[in-house]
Amino acid sequence: MNLPNTQSPDSSLTNSAAISAVALPDALSEPIAFQRVRRKWHDTDTARFWFMMTPALLGFIIFAAGPMLTSLYLSFTKYDVLSSPQWIGISNYTYLLRHDPAFWPSVKVTAIFAGCSVPLLLLIALSIAILLNQDFFARNIFRTIFFLPALLPAAASAVVWVWIFDPTRGLLNHALALVGIAGPAWMHSTTWALPALIIISLWGFGRAMVIFLAGLQEVPRQLYEAAQIDGAGPLHRFYHVTLPMISPVLFFNLVIGIIDALKAFDLAFVSSTSASVGAGGPARATLLYTLNLYQKSFQYFHMGLGSAMAWLLFLVILLLTAINFALEKRWVHTS
Amino acid sequence: MTETALPSSAHRATANKAGRILIWSLLLIGSIIMLLPLAWMILTSLKTFPETLADPPLWLPAHFQWHNYIEAIRGFQFSRYFANSATVTLGCIAGTLVSASLSAYALVVYKVRGKNLIFGLLMATLMLPAQVTVIPLFRLYASLHWINTFRPLIVPSWLGSDVFAIFLLRQFFLLIPRDYIEAARIDGASEFRILTTIFVPLAKPALLTIAVFTFIGTWNDLWNPLLYLYDEKLYTLPLGLMQFIGIAAGAQGAPWQLVMAIATIMMIPVVIVFFLAQKRFIEGISAVGVKG
Repeated sequence: MNLPNTQSPDSSLTNSAAISAVALPDALSEPIAFQRVRRKWHDTDTARFWFMMTPALLGFIIFAAGPMLTSLYLSFTKYDVLSSPQWIGISNYTYLLRHDPAFWPSVKVTAIFAGCSVPLLLLIALSIAILLNQDFFARNIFRTIFFLPALLPAAASAVVWVWIFDPTRGLLNHALALVGIAGPAWMHSTTWALPALIIISLWGFGRAMVIFLAGLQEVPRQLYEAAQIDGAGPLHRFYHVTLPMISPVLFFNLVIGIIDALKAFDLAFVSSTSASVGAGGPARATLLYTLNLYQKSFQYFHMGLGSAMAWLLFLVILLLTAINFALEKRWVHTS
Repeated sequence: MTETALPSSAHRATANKAGRILIWSLLLIGSIIMLLPLAWMILTSLKTFPETLADPPLWLPAHFQWHNYIEAIRGFQFSRYFANSATVTLGCIAGTLVSASLSAYALVVYKVRGKNLIFGLLMATLMLPAQVTVIPLFRLYASLHWINTFRPLIVPSWLGSDVFAIFLLRQFFLLIPRDYIEAARIDGASEFRILTTIFVPLAKPALLTIAVFTFIGTWNDLWNPLLYLYDEKLYTLPLGLMQFIGIAAGAQGAPWQLVMAIATIMMIPVVIVFFLAQKRFIEGISAVGVKG
């Protein structure tokens, strides 16, 4: 980032006279500060630190730590907002795991969604990033085009995609008909609604792509040159130079990608609603875990159950992230 | 990789040229696929209703129906939703910039025991899914009578809820020489003055990046408005769009040309901000991905 680098000797000349006159070497300024007359309590670093951190710490307690613990408590209660929570032990958890008709279907939908969407998204993002890392005409325009959809409001893009996936009027089925394929009913089909959702989610690979691109640009050119002199072909160079060098970035994208996929909500909510098959429909085919959680908590007001679902989700995210970090040493190359 | 070709090898140069054309065509096909949904959205928004249902689909309408946009804006209470979205977005940008500056300054400048622990705790909340905290937060806001106000959407940003912004700004503040602080202190400047007259101007690029990210995040947000806004007068654009589709789908056949017009208008501010601040996005995202 472009800060004036005042540590280098020549740039310090450009500083204003006032600043360079009083700026003492660290070795000198430290003892002087130490010997200074005892400062008032509110002048100490500690007081200032806590004062300035107050908003963020309040926010941490009010909006993160507090609610997290409260939701753990609520997950052991029966709670419907109107009356106060009633302790019912682990009943919410046993109900979810054993009796709830929507729980396991929503876990399955989410697992398929994350299992297909994350690897495909990373694969597309990495491939396009590698292509874009070459030097050629209109490179920045291409980068812009591939990146932009990732930033568009999910509500608006879901609507557009539902119209494209429309079974009778949609662009996609007409295109498929041209090559002699009778397109499925997509968002209206219990089999094809989830694949449609996965395809829609892939449109937003741009964010992962930009991170890959930044990683690729940090790979030293000499490594490629050395590999080329050693007679390594493009595939060889990819496996032995590119892949190890960008493995930390790949790791980062993988961790974030999994968490994002498990948290996904907007796309599924808007697309199933605007295809008028009901949120999560048809027949729970796109009932992502978070959608199920939302319905239980805010449509049926089973907030105890909702809290239990939230904690199970949190534990799964923690577990997957821990597994990722445990496996990190095996394949992520650190310099 | 392609530039490393040795000029002496003519054969390799031709191969490179062919490879470059191949890559270029692949990317061209890819970008057409990426842009197709957007093109289809805009074209549909300019059709008449019967044209949207034409079989086979029409690419171009007989006449561009620009008045669809006027109709969509009028029928959809667009200006109200737009104003609501803008209020929430601006409130969040201001809150995020102020609270992130304070926290980042404290985290960078002061030598205090436990500082790293606090930074770590804040960073850990990045992992916390919104769904885990939502029920207790709903309960809290209900008890404060904040449901059906913009407060649940804006107040958290004033209390440093955007940890990513704190992180980004901290990384930037770390680059500012400490001599500046010592000099200003000796001149008798207060801490707040040092923050506003030295740190904030120097960190303008980082603050801009944060403003842009907050803009996109808040403008696109559906989850929070959906939870806390029930009065139609308070709806933000994504929520208004959902409502419009719900009503339209209930009647026979949604007026897709109007739905697409609204979707287009909703995307325009994002596209404008994106083009104005493209560099910021890429720097911001890469900073987290590569150095994070």
